[in-house]
Amino acid sequence: MDVVSATPGETRNDLTADAATPTPYRMRLLAGWADTGTTADLVEHHRRYVPLPLAAFAGRGGPARLIGLVERSGLRGRGGGGFPTARKLAAVAAGRGPRTVVANGCDGDPAGAKDRVLMELAPHLVIDGILLAAHAVGAADAVLCVHEDSSAIPVLAAALRERGATRTAIRIVEVPRRYVASEETALVSVLDRGDARPRGRFPRPTERGVRGRPTLVDNVETLAHLALVARHGDAWFRAAGTDDSPGTTLVTVGGAVNDPGVYEIELGTPIGTILQAAGGPFVPVQAVLLGGLGGTWLGPEAVTMPLSHAGCRTAGAALGIAAVIALPAAACGIAETARVLRFLADESAGQCGPCMFGLPAIADDMDEIVRLPDRAGRVAARLRTRLGVIPGRGACAHPDGAVRLAASALHVFADDVAGHAEVGRCRWVGQPSWMPVPVSAGQQR
Amino acid sequence: MRPPVRLRVEPITCHAHGICQELLPELIRLDEWGYPIVDDRPVPAALLASARAAVRSCPSLALRLD
Repeated sequence: MDVVSATPGETRNDLTADAATPTPYRMRLLAGWADTGTTADLVEHHRRYVPLPLAAFAGRGGPARLIGLVERSGLRGRGGGGFPTARKLAAVAAGRGPRTVVANGCDGDPAGAKDRVLMELAPHLVIDGILLAAHAVGAADAVLCVHEDSSAIPVLAAALRERGATRTAIRIVEVPRRYVASEETALVSVLDRGDARPRGRFPRPTERGVRGRPTLVDNVETLAHLALVARHGDAWFRAAGTDDSPGTTLVTVGGAVNDPGVYEIELGTPIGTILQAAGGPFVPVQAVLLGGLGGTWLGPEAVTMPLSHAGCRTAGAALGIAAVIALPAAACGIAETARVLRFLADESAGQCGPCMFGLPAIADDMDEIVRLPDRAGRVAARLRTRLGVIPGRGACAHPDGAVRLAASALHVFADDVAGHAEVGRCRWVGQPSWMPVPVSAGQQR
Repeated sequence: MRPPVRLRVEPITCHAHGICQELLPELIRLDEWGYPIVDDRPVPAALLASARAAVRSCPSLALRLD
C-alpha cells in the first residue's frame, strides 16, 4: 500500500528521523514531504505540484467550469460530514452579494491532527485551495481558522508572506481550543462576534454566514484536494479511492500502534492495513474507535472494513474525521468511554438543554457502570433510555456524537457491561488512558 | 390542499418553560430535564389550532410551525 507518513504532536525529531528513511511511495497531499521532512516553501511547492492553474479557470465561465470539474471528481468534505464539495461551492456561488471563504484548519477533535500536519508540511497547497475556492464562489475575502497558539500559525504566516498579494486576501484567525468552537456555525459566530459557540442548523452558512454573506466553510484538507483536482483533473482524482469516496485522505492513527501519526491513505483501505501503515499494533487489539471522539467503537472484525463512507455506513459507523484509535485487549472499553464522555460533556457549549444536561447524565451513567455493581441492570437501562432521547435535539451534532460513542460502546463492549454489573468497580479505573483526552480530577478516584 | 406543517424547537432559544407541552400533550412530551421532545410528523389538522396556541405561548419564542 502507498503510504506517506508524518508524525503529529511535538515530536519533530521523530519526523526528521522518519524523513531519513527513503520511501518509494508518493501520495498526493503529503507528496514529497519525506524527501525533506520540512515545510514546502513556495519554490519547493511549485517543484512538487507545479504552479496553480488559475488561468485555466479564467473568464466568464471559469468558475462554473471549476465547480463542474470538482463535481465530476466526486470530492467530498474532509472535515467530518463528507458533504459533496461541488454542491457547497455551487450553493455559495449562487448566493447574492459579496461572498466569503472560511478554511477550517482547527482539528477540533483531539483524535485528529491532520489539519495541522497538512498546514505545516504543505501550507501552499492549502493556500492554493483557498484561492481556487474563492475564485469558484466569487469570494471577496477569505479567512483561515486555526486553533489559538497552533504551531501551524508561523508556518502559514510565512507562506502567506512568500505569496505577497494574493488575488483574494487571506487572513489567519485564531479560534479557541474547544471541541465545538470549530463547528461551522461556531466559526461564523467567532468571526462575527468573537463568540465561539454553534448558532444552530439554520440558516446554513452557505446562505447567510460571515457578516450575513453567503459563506463557504470547508476543511483545509478538502481545499488541498481541490487544489490538486484543479491541476490534474477529475479522472486523476478518481484513480485513487472508491466510487462513493474517491481520492486519498489523511487519517490520524493513535492508540496501541508503534508509529502513531498522520498517514495519507487511499479511501477504501481496510482499517487493518491502516493500522499496519502506522507500524501495526504492539499488543493485541480488542476494538478501534473510528471517526474521532464522537465516533463509533468497532470490534476486531473492523480490520477488514474499508475506510470509506459506504464502508462505514455498512458497519453502522460514520467516517467522521478519519481518525482511528486502537484499543488494546488489556484495557477497558467502558472505562475509556466513560472518560471520553466526561470530556465531551465538559466541552458542551451549554446552550441546548439536551446537550448541557444530557451529556453529563450519560457520562454519569457510564461512570456508574464502571464503578458500581448494577445487577438489576437499572443504570444500563437508564443510559439506553437517555441515549434514545438526546440525538438530533442540539443546535449542532455534538450531542449526537457523544450518543454515538456511548451506544456503540454498549454494543461492542456488551460483555464488559455485563461483567461490570456483577463485580462493580473496574480495575482499569485510574489507569492511564489510551484516549487523547485530558483526565479530569473527578476521574482519578 | 395545504402542505403539511411540522413543529420545530430552536434548541438554543428553548429554556424548558414547558408551556408547549401543557398546551399540546398530544404532540409534545418533556424529557427528564424539562425540555420538549416534539413529534416530527406533520401536525394533524385537528391539532393545528392547539399547535398554533403552543407556538404563540412560548415565552422564549423557541417553538415554531414550518
